[in-house]
Amino acid sequence: MKRRSLIAITDLDRADVARILRTANRFSEVMGRDIKKVPTLRGRTVVNLFLEASTRTSTSFELAAKRLSADVVSIKGSGSSLEKGESLKDTVLTLEAYGPDVFVMRHPHVGACRIAAKHTQAAVVNAGDGKGEHPTQALLDLYTVEREVGPIDGLHVAFVGDVLHSRVARSGIAGFRMMGADVSVVAPPTLVPRDLEDALGASVSADIRDIADADVVYVLRMQMERMGRGGHVPSLREYAARFGVSHERLRPGQRVMHAGPMNRGVEITSALADDPQALIERQAANGLVVRMAVLYDLLAGPEDAPAAREALASVTAA
Amino acid sequence: MSGRLVQRPGAPAGLVIRGARVLDPAAGIDHVGDLVIRDGRLGGRPDGLEVIDGTGKVVVPGLVDVHVHLRVPGREEAEDIATGTRAAAAGGFVTVLAMPNTEPVVDSAAILGSLLETGEREAAVRVGFYAAITTGQQGEGLTEHGDLADSGAVGLSDDGRPVTSARVMLRALQYQRAAGLPLVLHEEDPTLSGRGVMHEGAISTRLGLEGIPSVSESVQVARDCALAAYEDARIHICHVSAAETVEELRLAKARGVRVTAEVSPHHLCLTDAAVEPEVDPARFKMNPPLREPSDREALIAALVDGTIDCVATDHAPHAAQLKDAPFEEAPFGVIGLETAFASCFTHLVLPGLVPLEVLVRRMSSDPAVCLGIPVPTLADGAVADLALIDLEAVERVGEHPFHSKSTNCAFTGEELRGRVLLTVANGQVAHRRTA
Repeated sequence: MKRRSLIAITDLDRADVARILRTANRFSEVMGRDIKKVPTLRGRTVVNLFLEASTRTSTSFELAAKRLSADVVSIKGSGSSLEKGESLKDTVLTLEAYGPDVFVMRHPHVGACRIAAKHTQAAVVNAGDGKGEHPTQALLDLYTVEREVGPIDGLHVAFVGDVLHSRVARSGIAGFRMMGADVSVVAPPTLVPRDLEDALGASVSADIRDIADADVVYVLRMQMERMGRGGHVPSLREYAARFGVSHERLRPGQRVMHAGPMNRGVEITSALADDPQALIERQAANGLVVRMAVLYDLLAGPEDAPAAREALASVTAA
Repeated sequence: MSGRLVQRPGAPAGLVIRGARVLDPAAGIDHVGDLVIRDGRLGGRPDGLEVIDGTGKVVVPGLVDVHVHLRVPGREEAEDIATGTRAAAAGGFVTVLAMPNTEPVVDSAAILGSLLETGEREAAVRVGFYAAITTGQQGEGLTEHGDLADSGAVGLSDDGRPVTSARVMLRALQYQRAAGLPLVLHEEDPTLSGRGVMHEGAISTRLGLEGIPSVSESVQVARDCALAAYEDARIHICHVSAAETVEELRLAKARGVRVTAEVSPHHLCLTDAAVEPEVDPARFKMNPPLREPSDREALIAALVDGTIDCVATDHAPHAAQLKDAPFEEAPFGVIGLETAFASCFTHLVLPGLVPLEVLVRRMSSDPAVCLGIPVPTLADGAVADLALIDLEAVERVGEHPFHSKSTNCAFTGEELRGRVLLTVANGQVAHRRTA
C-alpha cells in the first residue's frame, strides 16, 4: 500500500495540522522524562536522504526517528551514488529494495520529493526542496507560536527579508494563513517574488515600520549564496540599516522568530537574537517533537485506527 | 539560391477522395466534392483509381512546420529524420524545417550536406534544414552564410539560444544582403531570463521556481526589430509567448519592418497553470515557457489578426529519462507534430476563438510564405500536398503510440478532436490511418 506523503504544507488541511500539533504536544511530555525513547515505530525503517547540506534538519529528523525506536539510515549528498551521475529515480529505486517506510528527503531542486514519491511505496517527507517547500519547518513554527504566543487564528505574522529564496517563507506563509493568521511581508522589492499577493495571499511592503502591527516578526536569512554576483540589494550594510530587525524596531511583547542559520548583524541584531523576546531556541527544540509527530502521523495514523491507538498507548505507557 | 527541400523518393499517389469538403482558404477554394490525385498531381480522370470515402471529412492543403527539432546529428535516441518526418506525416504535415542546434551544431556546408543526403534517403515528407547564424551557436563569429545558402540551407537560426550581442546581430542582418537567407530568431535576453525555468508570475512564486519574465522576450524582439529596420533586413521571430511581444510586433509591422512571427500550439492552448498540480510537471517545461491567460488571449488575437503570421510546433523530443527529473533539471521542450492540428482545433476552433479557415491558413500556406518555400495548394494541376482530416473523431493523446521516438507531449491524456486520416506530401502518400 502506498503511504501518504508530506511534500507541501498544503498537502495538509487545518484539521491535519491541529492533529499533528496535538501529537507533538504529547511527545514533548515524553521528552521531559529521563528515558526519552518510546517504542512507537519499532521495526519501521526511516531513510534520511539528504542531497543538500543540512545540519539542524538532518540531525533533528535522525533523532526524531531514533526516539521513536525506528531503524534509521542516513545518506548524505557527499559520497552517494548521485555524484556518480545516478538519477534520483534510480537512487530511490535502489533504496526501495530495502523496504523503507519513510524517505525523509532534502534536495537542491524543487519537486524532487514528488519524483521520489512516484517511485516508492514509502511515505516521503520533504525536508526542504530547493526554493520550494519546507513543510516540517512550517509545522514547528506553528507549534512554537501556539505554545509561546497563543492561538494562531487572528494573529498577525510579518515575514521580513529574503522571501525570494526562502522555502521557509513559502511553507510558512501558507501554513500561517491556513491556520487563520494574517500574514504580511516586509522586504526590499528585489527580494519579493512576482505577484506574491496573488500567489500566497500576503500583503507586501517595503517599509520596515510596517512590522509595528505584527504579533510575530519572522526574520528570514539573507541567502547570499543564492544571490550570485551583483546581488539583490546594494549592500548588506544598507540592508541591515533599512531592514535589519533590532530592539529599536520592535515594541514590547512582539515575538521574533528565525529558522537559522542566522547572519547576526545582517537580518537580525546579535542582541535581539539572544533576547528572550526571540523564540529561536524554542524553534530548534520544538523541531524534534514536531518531526516525531510527523513520522508518527504518517506511519501510525490516522486512517489505521487500531495501530494508531496501540501506538499512542505505547507513548503513554513508556 | 533558395533552400533545398528533400524527401525519400516514392511512388506517385493515385487516389480519389469522394465527397469531402475541399478547403483551401488561401486559394479561395471551399466546396464539397471529389478530389482526384493522379500521378501525384491534383486533377485528371478518376477512373481506375482507389476511392477513399471523404464524406463528412475535410481536405486541407498539407501543413507546413517551419520549426522542428529532428535531433540529428547527436541525439538520435530522442528522434531522427525518419521518425521525426513520420511523426510530421501523421500530423498532416507535408514540409518541415529542422533547427540546427544539434551536436555538433549545423554550422558548416559539410554537416548540412550530410543531413540533406540522409533526408533524401529517410524523410517521409519534405524536410529542409536551417544552419546556425554563429559558429557553434556561440553568438560570436558568423558562419559562412554565403556557402550555407549555396549548399541549400533554408535559413539561419541560433534557435535554442539568442544572439546575445547586438553587434553580432547587426552584422548578420547586414550580411543578409549578400547571402539572402532569412534570419530566424530565438528571442530572449539572457540577463533577464537568467536561470529561469518557467514563466515568472504567481505560479512560479508559489512553487519557488525561478521565473523567466515576459520582458526577457519582448525587449529582445524590440531590439531586433529596430536593428532589422535599420538594415532593412528580413527577420522571422520564433515561438512568440508573451503579450508584450505581440505589442512590439504590432508596432514594428505598423512602421513597415520586414518581420514575421510564429506561435506554437502549446502557447496558444495552455497556460502556466498547467505546471502547478502536476505529477510530471516537466512535460510542461519549454522555452519560452507557458505564460498567463492574458498572454494566451493576446497570442490568439494576434494569430487571428495576422500580427502573428503562422503556427509552428517547436517539436522538441527528449529521451524519457531526461524528463523524469525535478523540473529545474529537466530539459526544455515538448513534442508537437502529431497533436498540432487537433490541439489547435480543439482549443481554438471548437470554442469559437479562431475560425477553421484561419487556422488552416496559419498552418499551411502562411508559414510557407514566411520562409519562402513552396506553398501547398489544392488548386487544380498542383502537386498533391494535402491532409484529409476527420473533424469529428476524438482521441485521447497517448492512447496510440507516438510515431516520434519521444513522448514528452504537453497534451498527453487530453481528449482532442480532429484526426488526420491521410497525408499526401509532394505527390506521395506519406501517412494513412488504418485504425
